Amino acid sequence: MTQKEKSWKEISPAGVCWKSSTEFLTGDWKTYKPIRDIEKCTKCLLCVIFCPDGAIHWKPEKGDIEFDYNFCKGCGICANECPTKAIEMKL
Amino acid sequence: MKNVAKQEVLALNGDEAAAYAAKQSDVDIVAAYPITPQTIIVEKFSEYVANGDVETEFVCTESEHSALTACLAASVTGARTFTASASAGLALMHEMLFVTSGCRAPVVMAIANRALSAPLNIHGDHSDTMAERDSGWIQIYVENAQEVYDSVIQAFRIGENASVLLPVIVGLDGFTLSHSLENVQVLSDDIVKKFVGTRQIPNVTTHEGKSVPFRLDPEKPMSMGPVAFPNYYFEFKRQQEEAMRNALNVVQQVNAEYAQLTGRSYGDGLLDLYCLEDAEIAIACLGSTAGTVKTVVDELREEGVKAGLLRIRTFRPFPVEEIAKALGKVRAVAVMDKSMSFGGNGGPVFHEVRHVLYDLPTHPHIVNYVYGLGGRDTSPDQIRNIYRDLQKIVQAKRVEALINYVGLRE
Repeated sequence: MTQKEKSWKEISPAGVCWKSSTEFLTGDWKTYKPIRDIEKCTKCLLCVIFCPDGAIHWKPEKGDIEFDYNFCKGCGICANECPTKAIEMKL
Repeated sequence: MKNVAKQEVLALNGDEAAAYAAKQSDVDIVAAYPITPQTIIVEKFSEYVANGDVETEFVCTESEHSALTACLAASVTGARTFTASASAGLALMHEMLFVTSGCRAPVVMAIANRALSAPLNIHGDHSDTMAERDSGWIQIYVENAQEVYDSVIQAFRIGENASVLLPVIVGLDGFTLSHSLENVQVLSDDIVKKFVGTRQIPNVTTHEGKSVPFRLDPEKPMSMGPVAFPNYYFEFKRQQEEAMRNALNVVQQVNAEYAQLTGRSYGDGLLDLYCLEDAEIAIACLGSTAGTVKTVVDELREEGVKAGLLRIRTFRPFPVEEIAKALGKVRAVAVMDKSMSFGGNGGPVFHEVRHVLYDLPTHPHIVNYVYGLGGRDTSPDQIRNIYRDLQKIVQAKRVEALINYVGLRE
């Protein structure tokens, strides 16, 4: 996650993006991190739908979900919506 | 003056001169909202549009905040953009002033300088633009209607220069200039169009390393002014400071080029020096007051008093080295401020001129005169009194009262 930051002489003016938006790893904003209890999870995929950052992916090859902690901001909506209370927000 | 372009004399007030200059400058978009004493600029320009004199798109907005937002949006697509405002209207634009300079959009805006409420006052002083001193706009203050015309034309060239890319305010004193009819020499449409040229768009590098024109274009998408957090915001602000420094040269270049075309120049474009070479006492001021001061300087010179004037034409960027050079040998300077910095121990122009003198090995005595607030007239006699005070300061070798109020009832 640590990249060399550019000087004011190297970047374009007016905040013209100096890197792709996918390289802005907004996951470092979070305080709490969603941790899933796989025993309780029914793979209903409600968390995938509710995640406002699209940071929970359905992986068909694994037949399971995956949290993308590079972009999860730790809002806790997934934990709140989970019908089986399988997700817990942890420090 | 030989080889200057043919010109015609028109009777124009300051507002009309601004509108006329914008009309000739091949402007793509004007988005504006009327406010006294700027209204004539917008009215006049809308007449040009209605009569088919220009191909400009004219956008009537519901507020000044929207007017500048529309200008900014148009400007970042590569359009040449002009607007005008004053007082409360400029204050309502406050947020967008920073967005415009931050997006490096070279919008040109004429401001008919006017006092701010309360109490309500529609007359001229510099409170409106001085409150926007740090908004990242170039600020040029003019002396007469002729200079309004010349400066609006020059402003497009200055702001659009690739090394600058900053918005420009041309400040003309409300009513004193905005509503006073003068003889103004104007160039032909063709000559102005050639002088301003079409807006050149420099290339910038995208995150993919591609070099593309610096404008919003659906065919070559890019983001401008998106979020920049503590790790990058500071760098963008430093770039704006550099652009301001570059503007010092560009203002001078454009002033010189315009002088070749018209035979008219305003000092070096930054400072207009009057009888300052051998002056012992001097006034420093902005705008139309300089006209009155020049008359008084002429009278004093006839009486053998070595009086001079420093008119600061370009207030942002502030010509630090040039002012140090101009005032370095003077013995006493009076700085005139047509606005207040409440609690600031003097007005904004005073602060900045005094700040320049600090670094000189020996510096003149310096004193502040706040004057003309809310459009109060300032007479030649009052100016004469200021020079008299300066003579006393030179004799006594000290300043009694640092901050003085001209024509205020005590």
